[in-house]
Amino acid sequence: MAKIKLIRREKESPLARVLVPVTSVLMAFAVGWIILALAGHNPVLVYQKLYNGALGSSYAVSETMVKAIPLMVAGLAVSLAFKMKLWNIGAEGQIYMGALAASWIALNLGQSSGPWLVIPLMMIAAFAAGACWGLVPGVLKAYWQVNETIITLMLNYVAISWVDYLVFGPWKDPNSMGFPLTPIFAPAAQLPTWGDSRVHLGLILAMVIAIIFYLSIQYTRWGYEVRVMGESSAAARYAGMNVTKNIMLVMLISGGIAGIAGMIEVSGITHRLQQGISPGYGYTAIIVAWLARLNPLAIIMVAFLFGALLVGGFAVQIVGVSFSITQVLQGTVLFFLLAGEIFINYKVVLAHKEVL
Amino acid sequence: MKRTPVIEMKGISKRFPGVIANDKISFRVYPGEIHALLGENGAGKSTLMSILAGLYRPDNGIIKVQGRAVKLDSPRKALEAGIGMIYQHFRLVDNFTVAENIVLGAPKSPSKINREQMETETRRVSQSYGLTINPGARVHQLSLGEQQRVEIIKMLYRGCEVLIMDEPTTVLTPGEVKELFEILRAMSRQGKSIVLITHKLNEVMEIADYVTVLRRGRVVGEDRIENLDEGRLTRMMVAREVAYSQVKRDKSVGQVVLSVDRLKVQGDLGYLAVKQASFDLRQGEIMAIAGVAGNGQKELVEALVGIRSSVSGTVEYQGEEINHLNVRERISLGINMVPEDRIGTGLVPNLSIIDNSILRNYYKEEFFTGFFLNYKKVRRYTEGIVDKYNVYFSDLKHPVNYLSGGNLQKLLLGREIEQKPRVLLASYPVRGLDVAAAEDIYGLLLKERDKGTAILLVLEDLEDIFRIADRVAVMYQGSISGILEVNKTSIDEIGSLMVGAQLTGVENG
Amino acid sequence: MDINAWTALLAATIVAGTPILFAAAGELLAERSGILNLGVEGMMLVGAALGFIVTVNTGNHWVGLLAALAGGGSMAAIHALVTVSLRGNQVVSGLALTIFGSGLSGFLGKNYQGIPMNYGFKSLDLPVLSDLPYLGAVFFRHDILVYFSVILALFMWYLLYKTKWGLAIRSVGENPQAADAVGIDVSRIRYLCTIAGGMLAGLGGAYISLVYAPTWQENMTAGRGWIAVALVIFALWNPTRAVLGAYLFGGVEALTFRLQTMGINLSSFFLAMFPYLVTILVLVVVTIRRRQDAGAPQALSVAYDREER
Repeated sequence: MAKIKLIRREKESPLARVLVPVTSVLMAFAVGWIILALAGHNPVLVYQKLYNGALGSSYAVSETMVKAIPLMVAGLAVSLAFKMKLWNIGAEGQIYMGALAASWIALNLGQSSGPWLVIPLMMIAAFAAGACWGLVPGVLKAYWQVNETIITLMLNYVAISWVDYLVFGPWKDPNSMGFPLTPIFAPAAQLPTWGDSRVHLGLILAMVIAIIFYLSIQYTRWGYEVRVMGESSAAARYAGMNVTKNIMLVMLISGGIAGIAGMIEVSGITHRLQQGISPGYGYTAIIVAWLARLNPLAIIMVAFLFGALLVGGFAVQIVGVSFSITQVLQGTVLFFLLAGEIFINYKVVLAHKEVL
Repeated sequence: MKRTPVIEMKGISKRFPGVIANDKISFRVYPGEIHALLGENGAGKSTLMSILAGLYRPDNGIIKVQGRAVKLDSPRKALEAGIGMIYQHFRLVDNFTVAENIVLGAPKSPSKINREQMETETRRVSQSYGLTINPGARVHQLSLGEQQRVEIIKMLYRGCEVLIMDEPTTVLTPGEVKELFEILRAMSRQGKSIVLITHKLNEVMEIADYVTVLRRGRVVGEDRIENLDEGRLTRMMVAREVAYSQVKRDKSVGQVVLSVDRLKVQGDLGYLAVKQASFDLRQGEIMAIAGVAGNGQKELVEALVGIRSSVSGTVEYQGEEINHLNVRERISLGINMVPEDRIGTGLVPNLSIIDNSILRNYYKEEFFTGFFLNYKKVRRYTEGIVDKYNVYFSDLKHPVNYLSGGNLQKLLLGREIEQKPRVLLASYPVRGLDVAAAEDIYGLLLKERDKGTAILLVLEDLEDIFRIADRVAVMYQGSISGILEVNKTSIDEIGSLMVGAQLTGVENG
Repeated sequence: MDINAWTALLAATIVAGTPILFAAAGELLAERSGILNLGVEGMMLVGAALGFIVTVNTGNHWVGLLAALAGGGSMAAIHALVTVSLRGNQVVSGLALTIFGSGLSGFLGKNYQGIPMNYGFKSLDLPVLSDLPYLGAVFFRHDILVYFSVILALFMWYLLYKTKWGLAIRSVGENPQAADAVGIDVSRIRYLCTIAGGMLAGLGGAYISLVYAPTWQENMTAGRGWIAVALVIFALWNPTRAVLGAYLFGGVEALTFRLQTMGINLSSFFLAMFPYLVTILVLVVVTIRRRQDAGAPQALSVAYDREER
């Protein structure tokens, strides 16, 4: 009887490190193919629509970019926490809080002040609100070792309910005909866009954050500390680093960046706060970060891919396929990726009966 | 009369990435025998026994139990064959009671759990071998010695005929060691076989009937204990005559650099781990701290370097009190340290050799250009260390985990020495290293001593203390029970201090 | 508010608590074995969709229930494969399962949106008990699954604390090395508990689409999977406490629909935060007080590798 056996590799396989993510994406599309075929669709046609819808025209590419921007920013946010092995799965809630705070500024100052004041203020408010949402689990983790995964997760729903309360209640646009929306922001509170596309300044912001992220992790004193602390807190203490402080700081910055993603969305796209302002960007961002192996430059590319998937998902509805197929693809990519990681760290061999 | 061995292993080989842990080993145990499996750390003892216990699968070889070939591919199979292993780190569920741990997974236990019946069973087994234990206590409330007893009862309850114990005495007080040996003798009288994995010669001479010696994954000798003495065993273990003579010194010791007065330090579990430590450390001397592991050595060293804060007492560095200084401030004074846990504390596992070489001084301006780390400079610094301390590596950008144990320690010690310490502390600096690497490490430490550095070493091996140290402080239950000149004392005297004897009329602090 | 409104509220509480109880019981079992499965929401959705689709097509709600069990179980099997055999990250795998599950359920259920359903579980009419004044309406006029969920939770408590299998499951979640050393098959137990947990999540989902709101809507579980995850912590990994917690959280849900009629001036959105906030509070208190026997299983979300050196 042959049995599968795993042997830990001495070194990570560099080939596997590249091949695994690429193969995961391909395999996910293969699984999607089978599911589509089983459901009686024509996979070729569906994938063609998906491609055309996401990348087939300059308009499509711009829409893909629009969806990719919040994923980039939120992906960077969670990556920072993941670098330190802090499982911040609360980006979703942090996005909502950022959107909430930015909207508050926009609704209160948007009419009376110019964009040079309103936009930076919105950004600061969004960062602060997201940072609070990250800091709470950060403090609990730093001082009492409370599990940050659960706390960040729970806080997501608190934030979503809070936004729901506002858009259904005190902030609701009286002219919305019952829809849960705030009034539209004044132009001063809207991010400038490219020509007549919906691609907005948030793209530049995402790039800037990615570059700052990369440089500070790789080349600054603080980044060095984060890398050490992510691997071993005992080593960090031995090196004289303040682990407690940095857990809080990293959670704060991670939450703050996610908050910015929320601000970008309300200021750049919806121009108002509304129910469901993030359709799960905070969770998709975790997949993006994982697929990019926490590399900030790879996050930009992977976010673009996932943006394409989202936009393509709308296009396939024309041929009668549910938008949900994109979630199926997303989930499948992640499964293959997780399963594939074992090839990076382990050799898989067929073990035959070797010992009597 | 030819007896059947209860265990027979033939031609066992096991490779791990980069090492051959076991190379065609043959090993036999007879009923009622106390069999010592002797060897230095890393000789392959634990691997061989883990194979017998079903934890690892051998790459080649045959195992026979009571003369019948068996395939032990899981701990369950091994237990069914009557083989039980007690690991150094006990495999007990902390939140369970003693009785729950004992019946856990036992095939004969009834489906429905009955607390009373469970505890009665536990008492029955423990009493038949003279082991006392409270079956209702939760494991996390027990001392390590008591936990070991739970492990033994667990194996006896399962009807094990062969009990393997991995370094059972390291966590025990001398009194507990005596009790353990009594238990083992009682078990042997009842026909149980015991394999003791150890590297301690005195224990082998005291308890074993038969000895097998491993070196670098091979059997290098085996015989009945009557035919052996400590000298022969040592030669087999290390394949060289151990020079017990003092290492020659060039200079006499200088002034006091570090002065510790009535230091009290809290342990992780909230009790005082260091109750009373007072000593002076002088330039150009090596002072060893001897004692059974867990008597406060770790906490003392951590308090001296600032990783752990002290409760009371003072630490003075060149006459200045430094109690309030943090790790980094102490580093800048020249207090450096090689921790016990090399990879995980001393070095960061998945970071490169380059990143690791600046772990303790990464904030120094010499590595920066403006705001940014300048990796050219850091690389040059790293190259300096690996060249000077003969660290063998394939790529400086590879994670440190790719290095072998000896090279890890050379990198770690080299990194600390490069920071020009005035006081150097090292815990178990040669643990697990092969002889050549250990020689290198001791060589480096002696050279540092000759440069005038004050060195404090936590050592487990009394023989090593006699080789390298000038003075020895013995720790027992959190207190320094005596400080002795190495050339005016004996192994026996240190040994008696390690078990709590009081010293009279000798220098004390 | 009169007494009839109260009995209606309490009866609604029990119905609202039932799907959460099924899912939480399942998650509790998985977590006790050391597997954190954040895919509950996804598994519930697949259970809800399959339960509904199969019931509509076969006309038999029992067959629908079986389909939901199978759906939730297969989803959990993916999680077990990824996290137990392939030692993947449990948090990420669980999130993937939720995303995958909401996608798959939406994809499968596309043509079943809003279809009415006339099969399903009827309320029982128990002799004497159902006719008791008030008590009958609150406790004894429910469908059979309500009673099953309570029995199941009590059975799970018995299994975990009173049998040797329970001892084995808990030992795997606390210290897999210890369990392995005494011959317990760690992987097998983790697989079984995770898959059984998934089946129960599927059942919880089907309860929503077949009984609670007999219809199919995309994302109709509306976050109940996450409430179930919270409930496991709130209950401190104890099934009997999970029963009480399920009705507490269910009561909050039932209350949200009745606030206005009851004349209470409190936004339902603040009530929606309640389960999450109390769970945070419980987790914080338990962690800070370091109750050894009341906290999370020690090896929760840690992969086990026997030959790890």
